[in-house]
Amino acid sequence: MIALLVRDLRLAVRAGGGFGLGLAFFLIVTVLVPFAVGPEGETLARIAPGILWVGALLACLLSLDRIFQLDFEDGSLDLLATAPLPMEGAVVVKALAHWLTTGLPLTLAAPVFGILMNMQAPGHWWIFVTLLIGTPALSMIGAFGAALTVGLKRGGLLLSLLVLPLYVPTLIFGAEAATRGGAGMAVTTPILMLAGITAGVVAFLPFAAAAAIRINIR
Amino acid sequence: MELTVEGLSVARGGMPVLEGLTFTLTTGNILILRGPNGSGKTTLLRTLAGLQPPLAGRIGLPPEAIAYGAHADGLKATLSVAENLTFWARVYGTTDIEPALAQFNLKGLRNRAAHSLSAGQKRRLGLARLLVTGRRFWLLDEPTVSLDQASVGLFADAVRSHVAGGGAALIATHIDLGLAAETLDVAPFRADPDRPTRTPTAFDEAFT
Repeated sequence: MIALLVRDLRLAVRAGGGFGLGLAFFLIVTVLVPFAVGPEGETLARIAPGILWVGALLACLLSLDRIFQLDFEDGSLDLLATAPLPMEGAVVVKALAHWLTTGLPLTLAAPVFGILMNMQAPGHWWIFVTLLIGTPALSMIGAFGAALTVGLKRGGLLLSLLVLPLYVPTLIFGAEAATRGGAGMAVTTPILMLAGITAGVVAFLPFAAAAAIRINIR
Repeated sequence: MELTVEGLSVARGGMPVLEGLTFTLTTGNILILRGPNGSGKTTLLRTLAGLQPPLAGRIGLPPEAIAYGAHADGLKATLSVAENLTFWARVYGTTDIEPALAQFNLKGLRNRAAHSLSAGQKRRLGLARLLVTGRRFWLLDEPTVSLDQASVGLFADAVRSHVAGGGAALIATHIDLGLAAETLDVAPFRADPDRPTRTPTAFDEAFT
């Protein structure tokens, strides 16, 4: 399993692996928003947590179709399916690799990008915490969507359509917790809901994704 | 150890392609699968490898015994030869890739990225993967595609030494590998396409 993780991380940072793409996209989104809504600091500070969450979510979406599609195309998915590694384990490892190369950099960058949105002091901390708790769910749900669409030609768009509605609960509770935290209100309930969604998704979706892959590679 | 197949029927895309296949492959032996294009050799090998369920019949084989070599080599273009092979070795819980590199004459290429290899060199790397799996039963689908004469010789040597060491190989091929092997022609087992059958498709299965 560690071998697969190391391979996926290595592939992501080598040429054409797409590492940094999501991060650059995230930066561009946060830069574009002040152009669109105007430079008033108060407005920007108010919408900052929501914009950062939507930006992170869209950036996460960019690299999802690579999770299984490339392995499917070059035949390694077939070979992995016949290897001693359980498919469920492979799904978890690939989602983890996706999170380490996409979700984690986004989480670390979000407080810094928040400055561009005139985010105020406790807000940076809370956008970091909520993304840290929420982005693993984004990667895992994305891996499930990628498993469903693996093998389809031009499956990327369908993948987005499948996955975005599933991101809604994470987005609601994540953005809510970040907003409340930034405003100095109690955050326990949305944080717990966010963590609960992530825990549930990580517990159940590997099985669903593995079943989808087994059907798709037949 | 042996691989036994009894009354096996396999299907591709919901259509049965082979029916009533029965054979046994014991360690120390090689079985060559013959048959025209589209006769179901690949489907049979994929079924034996566990990538798809059989329509009917029974497959008996020891657990963790199969190494499957498909049409595609499953190489990562941006990883080097040694990295590609080390990955598969670690997946299968083995460590030493040197014998495999030596067997397929890849030592000089070990640090080259896989995308800069020729088609034949890629195939050799794909076949070297079999050696690092440490599995006894090799299921090989047209292993000699894009190999030159000398590399076919290397491959035949690899199969011979694998079989001599207590392994077995089931090879679908159209060429003569010069191996002492039994031959199974799948043509007589082809399913009658006109006979109406009701086979479960993936769609049905999702609702059962």
